Amino acid sequence: MGSSQETPLPAGRSRRPDFEPYLVGVGLGMLSWGAFGIAGDPIGVTTAYSSIASLFARPFLGADGVQDNSYWTAHPLTFDYGVVFLIALAFGALLSSVLSGTFRLEVVPRAWQERFGGSAVGSVTGRFVAAFLGGAVLMYGARLAGGCTSGHGLSGGLQLALSSWVFLLVVAVTGRAVAAVVFRGK
Amino acid sequence: MTGNAALLAAAVIGSLFGVLLHRGRLSSYDAVTGQFRLRDYTIAKVLLTAIVVGGVGVLVLVRAGAATYHVKSANLLGVVLGAVLFGIGMVVYGYCPGSGLAATATGSLHALVGAFGMVLGAIVYALTYDWVKANVLTVWALGKVRLPEATGIPDVIWFLALAVASGVLFFRLERRTGSQPVPPASPDPAAPPSE
Repeated sequence: MGSSQETPLPAGRSRRPDFEPYLVGVGLGMLSWGAFGIAGDPIGVTTAYSSIASLFARPFLGADGVQDNSYWTAHPLTFDYGVVFLIALAFGALLSSVLSGTFRLEVVPRAWQERFGGSAVGSVTGRFVAAFLGGAVLMYGARLAGGCTSGHGLSGGLQLALSSWVFLLVVAVTGRAVAAVVFRGK
Repeated sequence: MTGNAALLAAAVIGSLFGVLLHRGRLSSYDAVTGQFRLRDYTIAKVLLTAIVVGGVGVLVLVRAGAATYHVKSANLLGVVLGAVLFGIGMVVYGYCPGSGLAATATGSLHALVGAFGMVLGAIVYALTYDWVKANVLTVWALGKVRLPEATGIPDVIWFLALAVASGVLFFRLERRTGSQPVPPASPDPAAPPSE
């Protein structure tokens, strides 16, 4: 780690004016009050994301293939609360990064560069392949478990749901073990 | 809430959610992987605080009849298998689904590539849904259970315990690392404490 201390930090992400984590936590908690009390719809991401994914399946499966699929029949794509929430999420993050002057193109993140720099895995192609496969496994897992860090972790955790606390604990243990292997020796 | 009012609520709550993800560093690859490497506890601080603050408020709303719970079913085999895949994906991708979208919107190209990976994952799930539903989601299916009902321990005690446990963790973290988001190296467990 000593060497990375001496190299100048890349501008942007590491220097942006971050909010205190506890204040962000209070903010997310209060947003949940609004989600439950006003909207009647807990914060979540992957249910709407999976419905949007049906658009991308159309070229491969055809409109009939999507229509006949039992999952998409149960979760059809409509311009509803969940879809607007995702669009707004991206808009909010974009606005935040522009206003704080921290919008930056990031191709290979610093921790990945430090771990795999100089090897094929650390190249742009290597990072993109890992991100693509990681994203696919992540989303399959989220759908199988019935939610993600938002739907299970935040909304389920605060409801003291058994399913969500099992999810949180298993993700924590698995993630810790995988990180120990992926970032071993670093 | 339905119709345009619901869409407006989604736009407001979603935008604020996106801002908090970004400014809270939840959309930072280094913060997410740093949490699993036990170097950066930003994610744990945010999530535990949000669960306690959000949970107590929502409990009050539910007791007052102003909200209802939306508990996800405890199909425990599916939850455990899904969580294992999720943990693997979260370390390799470096984001969770929401923070991956936020990172994409703030200029992260590899997060965008992973967002297309998430589309593939969702399509594969839809294509395997019938089999999963018949063979996985029916195993250890306990229904929409909450911890207070499952254990007989009241809600208030759960939140008190969570608040105390989180508080102790936060106090120890702040004493060890001060206000630095990323400690330079993991402390040597054999070395005597520096205080």
